[in-house]
Amino acid sequence: MVDVVILLDYWPSMFGVRTRIALEEKNIKFDYREQDLCNKSALLLEMNPVHKKIPVLIHNGKPVCESLIQVEYIDETWPMEYPLLPSDPYQRAHARFWGDFIDKMLPGLGKLMWGAKSVEQESGKKEFIDMLKTVEFELGDKTYFGGETFGYVDIALIGFYGWFDAFEKYGNFSIEAECPTIIAWAKRCVKRDSVAKSLPDSEKVIELIPELKKKKRVE
Amino acid sequence: MANEVILLDFWPSMFGMRTRIALREKGVEFEYRDEDLWNKSPLLLETNPVHKKVPVLIHNSKPVCESTIQVQYIDEVWSDKNPILPSDPYQRAQARFWVDFIDEKMYDAQRKVWGTKGEEQETGKKEFIELLKTLESELGDKTYFGGDDFGYVDIGLIGFYSWFHAYEKYGNLNIESECPKLIAWAKTCMQRESVAKSLPDSEKVIEFVTEIRKKFMIE
Repeated sequence: MVDVVILLDYWPSMFGVRTRIALEEKNIKFDYREQDLCNKSALLLEMNPVHKKIPVLIHNGKPVCESLIQVEYIDETWPMEYPLLPSDPYQRAHARFWGDFIDKMLPGLGKLMWGAKSVEQESGKKEFIDMLKTVEFELGDKTYFGGETFGYVDIALIGFYGWFDAFEKYGNFSIEAECPTIIAWAKRCVKRDSVAKSLPDSEKVIELIPELKKKKRVE
Repeated sequence: MANEVILLDFWPSMFGMRTRIALREKGVEFEYRDEDLWNKSPLLLETNPVHKKVPVLIHNSKPVCESTIQVQYIDEVWSDKNPILPSDPYQRAQARFWVDFIDEKMYDAQRKVWGTKGEEQETGKKEFIELLKTLESELGDKTYFGGDDFGYVDIGLIGFYSWFHAYEKYGNLNIESECPKLIAWAKTCMQRESVAKSLPDSEKVIEFVTEIRKKFMIE
């Protein structure tokens, strides 16, 4: 049977990037469908009724929601191609732990980017930098988080890289000065086809911010 | 090699309960160590330096943190009996989705029910009941969330059941009248030895919540 894979996504989404990369790593042909988040499609609402969010991966008509769950699903469904998670249970637990930690960086980023007051923004910035330093320490001297091969934790984090210029501009700080090893790692990742194809253009993300800020104020 | 399994935990933790249940489902002998969260042990701080939280599963001296990650780890290491996650990748993704939903929403909502007052509590109660109804709708007419077999989502949720009497007392709620099917499901789960052994007595939880409320002066 021919696999029909559709991805409901939004071009700047740090989470959508993860699923795009996983699909590209596995050489899976997919139909990318850009969503208008201010006017959500009937398909999106039907496929993710609980959260009504992107990305939604639809495989042969069946939806999978939440980006890291999609990455694991992709790895398990197409195991023959490039493995994304380690095969050893302890290493897998370790990878999942860091994927979960990276997801926990989101509230700090939310405060940094969308905080109404500068006190909130400063607090968000500090949280983000502290957590990124913890992640940097975990990376250490390795090429990728899993060692020599690109995998789950790299995929979990690299989507944020498309927003680094925006974080720096709005937070008025240099991520490279704070976490040089992370920047070096990111530049290595971007050399991979799957990543280069999937990351949004940093400049376009920056251009989008004022619009997103307006929308957030309305919410 | 002999398996040495230690669980650093805190008896009322709904998260620790998940790991206890998983270990018991698999018939794994483990050493349970109750932690004083106001005076964390050096072992806890050493094995979970990032979050400094319970539960921590230590298997042959190697720590695994985060309850859902521990449950998956236990399922993968002791794969010979009582599978916890389904074998089909799509069913696995669905199970992970619902546990992620529980993790994202339940803790904060239930905290508001017993830990706040006035308008904040009323909002929290409404949210909490809506969450339970969403879960009840997902359960439908099935015995367990996965169908006929007790599994990952049941383990993800059942720990909160030991806190239901505390929510009812301090939130002035009647959960059974709102979600009768969910209560029926919980009672079915409680008939399993692994669950009955792993959940604390509801009365003890009420005593604990009463103490905490006094400590944080929520009256």
